[in-house]
Amino acid sequence: MTTQQFGKIEIERLHIQLGEGKRRFEALHDVSITMAPGEFVCVLGPSGCGKSTLLGALAGHLPASAGSVHVDGIAVDRPHPDRGLVFQHHTLFPWKRVLDNVAFGLKMKGVARRERHQRARDLLQLVGLAGFEHSYPAHLSGGMQQRVEIARVLINDPRVMLMDEPFGALDAQTRLKMQELLLDVWSRINTTILFITHDIDEALFLADRILVMSPRPGRIIEEIKLDFARPRGPDLVTSPRFIDLKRHCLALLHPETKVVPLQRLSPLGAARLTDIQFAI
Amino acid sequence: MALSSSLRPSGNALQHDELTALPLPPPVSFDMLWRQWLHYGLKLTSIVLCLLLWQWACRQHLNLGLITFQNVPSPQEVIHAAWTLMQSPKLLLHLSASLYRVFTGFCVAALAGITLGMLIGRLPWLADVLLPPLELLRPIPAVAWIPLAILMFPSSEISMIYIIFIGALFPILLNTIHGVEGIDVRLIASARSLGSGRRSIFTEVILPAAAPSIVTGLSIGMGTAWFCLVTAEMIAGQFGIGYYTWASYTIQNYADIIVGMLFIGIMGMGSSALIKKLGSLLMPWYRGQS
Repeated sequence: MTTQQFGKIEIERLHIQLGEGKRRFEALHDVSITMAPGEFVCVLGPSGCGKSTLLGALAGHLPASAGSVHVDGIAVDRPHPDRGLVFQHHTLFPWKRVLDNVAFGLKMKGVARRERHQRARDLLQLVGLAGFEHSYPAHLSGGMQQRVEIARVLINDPRVMLMDEPFGALDAQTRLKMQELLLDVWSRINTTILFITHDIDEALFLADRILVMSPRPGRIIEEIKLDFARPRGPDLVTSPRFIDLKRHCLALLHPETKVVPLQRLSPLGAARLTDIQFAI
Repeated sequence: MALSSSLRPSGNALQHDELTALPLPPPVSFDMLWRQWLHYGLKLTSIVLCLLLWQWACRQHLNLGLITFQNVPSPQEVIHAAWTLMQSPKLLLHLSASLYRVFTGFCVAALAGITLGMLIGRLPWLADVLLPPLELLRPIPAVAWIPLAILMFPSSEISMIYIIFIGALFPILLNTIHGVEGIDVRLIASARSLGSGRRSIFTEVILPAAAPSIVTGLSIGMGTAWFCLVTAEMIAGQFGIGYYTWASYTIQNYADIIVGMLFIGIMGMGSSALIKKLGSLLMPWYRGQS
């Protein structure tokens, strides 16, 4: 495989304010991140610390109040298929069969039906869902829905995959399988992944690097480089080094002083829908 | 780098224990068939009981003070009148005239209601412009429109269609707006992240997402269209099932009034059921979710 060239993320001194009038608050404070092409970075933090806001800014759904976001040198100012977004709860179109959901991105690019269906079949096989092409999303289990969601994003050959606690709603067993699946898929396509989670084990298992965030206002308080060998297996989570790091992360996430958490934020901003910068 | 060329299906990605956990369709059993028959049997019994009660009240010349059956035609008379109408060649003319008016008015209302509803639901400024006059017109009953409809349209046929249009428009419009406003914003965000522009967001996301609500609106609108039929056909005419009902009243032919009412009821029920059926055929993904 050739060396990865696309997917360099540069976030410089990013501030994001959400809400209107008196209820306006700073969700992100002076965040700077640089990610190399093909890197897998997990952002770890308690709920309400602004990690989803960070993802929304990268996806192009939330405008920066100050600072800048660049992917491969191009300023992010709107959503783009190069930056695939995966939510915690799937956003598959209920009226489209699995195959057409996955092929959607190519339909938007004007790719002929036969070709886009072929590519969608390949991707469904990659995520282990061959045979479910003609099911409707509602008939799949939660884990399968997220597999389809990932395949749907991958069909656009994204330079960056932005994942907002994608396995957060799954049961523990399925979650472990999905983590292995994601690593397996990532090893084949080598896209840059920014993965949001509040689960320490998940972050340690998946990432090359962990950025720990703290709320009020959301900012990065620590960077942890992980040098666990890949491919990683289930026995990693019981290794002494893993447990040491886990203890360290726990201390970071649960400091002595209790902080009042903010409201739950999504990559689309605050609870008010009017904050979302939709074109229509 | 083309993705698919570099990809090989990974064997360990298939996890059968998760996949086999899918619910299977339940087998058809004798018990279920029996329940279904019981279901239909109860519905039929209910109608027969209502008819018997009506017949009994008429035969007894039941007078309860507030309500009296002394002058109400009995089911027997109504069946006789219906039989006479069904053998008359006029029935087909009455029915076809009414069907034409209802369907024309309904189709125009569907077109206007869905288009306006989609736009109002997505464009806040258009909602500000269009909703106040529409809200003002909404409570006005169809019968109040008759004089104005006659003044506005030189053709009495069009005045009648207009009355039906007014009756059917609002349920369709309001349900469409409701459906569009209820769309999960994450679906739109996802579509944009996957490369959708304004137009494809409308056709690929907003229209199908609002479709169940629109079909509900169409089904209710079809009902109100028939609801307004007698009102509309009071305007003029020679034929029409509403006209037949109204004319029977003016010549005090009471059994015929009920025949007209029943025909309207049956036609309205049938066409609403047709809309629902078409809806579920067009939205196979929605079956079983409602």
